[in-house]
Amino acid sequence: MSEILLKIKDLIVEFPTRRGLLRAVDKVSFEISKGEVLGIVGESGAGKSLTGAAIIGLLEPPGRIGGGEIIFDGQRIDNLSDEEMRSLRGKRIAMIFQDPLTSLNPLYRIGEQLIETIQTHLSMDNKQARTRAIELLDEVGIPAPETRIDAYPHQFSGGMRQRVVIALALAGEPDLIIADEPTTALDVSVQAQIISLLKSLCKERGTAIMLITHDMGVIAETADRMAVMYSGQIAEIGKTYDLIRNPKHPYSVGLMSSIPAIKGDVKRLVQIPGSMPRLNNIPKGCSFNPRCEKVFEPCYVKRSPLIEVGNSSVACWLYDEEYKRVKAK
Amino acid sequence: MKKRTQKRTLVKIRNLDRLFDVSKPFLNRIIEREERKILRAVDDVSIDIDEGETFALVGESGSGKSTVAKMVVGLLPPTKGSIEIDGIDLSDKSKIKELRKLRSEIQMIFQDPFASLNPRWRVEKIIAEPIRSFALEKNEKAIIAKVAELLTLVGLDPSDGRKFPHEFSGGQRQRICIARALASKPKFIVCDELTSALDVSVQAQILNLMKDLQDEFSLTFLFISHDLSVVRHMANRIGVMYLGRIVEISNSKDLFENPKHPYTKMLLDAIPDLEMSGKDRNPIEGEIPNPIDPPKGCTFHPRCPFANERCRKEIPMPIKSDSSIITCHGVEEGRIGKE
Repeated sequence: MSEILLKIKDLIVEFPTRRGLLRAVDKVSFEISKGEVLGIVGESGAGKSLTGAAIIGLLEPPGRIGGGEIIFDGQRIDNLSDEEMRSLRGKRIAMIFQDPLTSLNPLYRIGEQLIETIQTHLSMDNKQARTRAIELLDEVGIPAPETRIDAYPHQFSGGMRQRVVIALALAGEPDLIIADEPTTALDVSVQAQIISLLKSLCKERGTAIMLITHDMGVIAETADRMAVMYSGQIAEIGKTYDLIRNPKHPYSVGLMSSIPAIKGDVKRLVQIPGSMPRLNNIPKGCSFNPRCEKVFEPCYVKRSPLIEVGNSSVACWLYDEEYKRVKAK
Repeated sequence: MKKRTQKRTLVKIRNLDRLFDVSKPFLNRIIEREERKILRAVDDVSIDIDEGETFALVGESGSGKSTVAKMVVGLLPPTKGSIEIDGIDLSDKSKIKELRKLRSEIQMIFQDPFASLNPRWRVEKIIAEPIRSFALEKNEKAIIAKVAELLTLVGLDPSDGRKFPHEFSGGQRQRICIARALASKPKFIVCDELTSALDVSVQAQILNLMKDLQDEFSLTFLFISHDLSVVRHMANRIGVMYLGRIVEISNSKDLFENPKHPYTKMLLDAIPDLEMSGKDRNPIEGEIPNPIDPPKGCTFHPRCPFANERCRKEIPMPIKSDSSIITCHGVEEGRIGKE
């Protein structure tokens, strides 16, 4: 196993409200090795984006980290001061957001934005920074970067803008990129271009990626390992191949089979009944129990820890040895 | 394959054009000596939709699919061409009475369930609106009963009628939109990116619901989506659009198993591989060009690997065969698709 870059232990993200604390991320633990792509999938509201925001220290108040540890390259970063976090953000950990139009400043030429980012993180004079910016634009596949560097964001198409955003993220030469739905706003054809770009750039540099998306196809193509999140918790985590071919948690099983297939005729899609519980109304025990087909007694009492099954870890009592024996009888 | 000949054509779209004037204001044009700029969003589109079938339009953003949808329901007047639904031409002003009745039979469901419901109205008022405006029920009591029936039909509780839209999740809101669309007893529903704002698991619920409703009320759908797997699941026939023109129409199975137009092939190649067979997807080269200044000849030629001199100069005409329509010089000449 290669070196661990990011380690998250029992991370809790909570929102204080008038009616008490709401836990949006509930004791999430995972690791990312150097150069690895970890995909995180889940429905909206599952807490995937909040996990990403917590790591990079961009939780919007009143949201806050309510417990747990985030260890990046051997250093705890969840309790750093704003100043210390700022030196880390962009330089060691970068972020790519969903909407490329809102992550670029419409009033500045893209060159100015790139040069600003480069000079913040690396000591370069204006000329060097400009050369570096042109190199970066070239690397992300923008044609004629020498002239395009002086264009404004609105002069680029959606796909090209997302390339610029990737160039911005790479500017500080980070070790980890958190990509929050990087392709959701793009067309399928452009999506394929962006994904293969992200993949090849990170392979070259050995950058790790935490890829947050609800698009299973993107994960299947890109990620080495993936985690399925449900109502703030990890339901299953493991190698992408195993998880997609052979999901174990009843929720992952439902999720995989609810995707319409390109090949073959299916009369009806498999659907998971109901919807994800609201944060103020999470059922006792396993939070998936009201929607689960295979629900049995322990599910109502206590939430299952992550149990190792083959190459994956699954938070489901079905795989607990003791209950397996009880059920077999 | 089913014979399509016995079926009645419900929607007949002929040579539809839609231009948008995107030029600068008059004075700016004079001062800056610029010419008018015309954007051709839809260019010579002809489609037949049979009763009871689901016809899907796919394409990248900017290909004109939503503009076609808006013209079909009458939200935008076409620049040229005709739309006939149930034998009545939408632009025929002499048939005002028939047109009014016809409008109650056409409904549209929009992409964003957050923007298409009035946040200040209770759900019951939202769903009752088509019933009231077309005067489909006589008294208040009958309207309330009808709303309750519609809510149950789409899988919500009749008591949900008292709530406001913000109290619902995205999937539930889309159910409310569906209930509203069904309220005027339509024959034909246009769904513009019905599930693209929803999660996969919710999407499965909504797609199943739409199929059930189609069977129950023998509805005809025009389904607009950029998600090919959704289209494959829902549609009987598919039209692929590129830069305002239809490049290929074929029935769903043939299109996915044996795409003919190079653009359709590219689109299918770009679908993420969920089977994890390890094969890399071939990203499509380039992006959709600016529709204000489209390429000459076949609009797809700058991205097409098979383009030759003729493609650069001459606009291809649709070639019809019994089940499909293809607009491509290469296919016509036999250069493409004969391997």
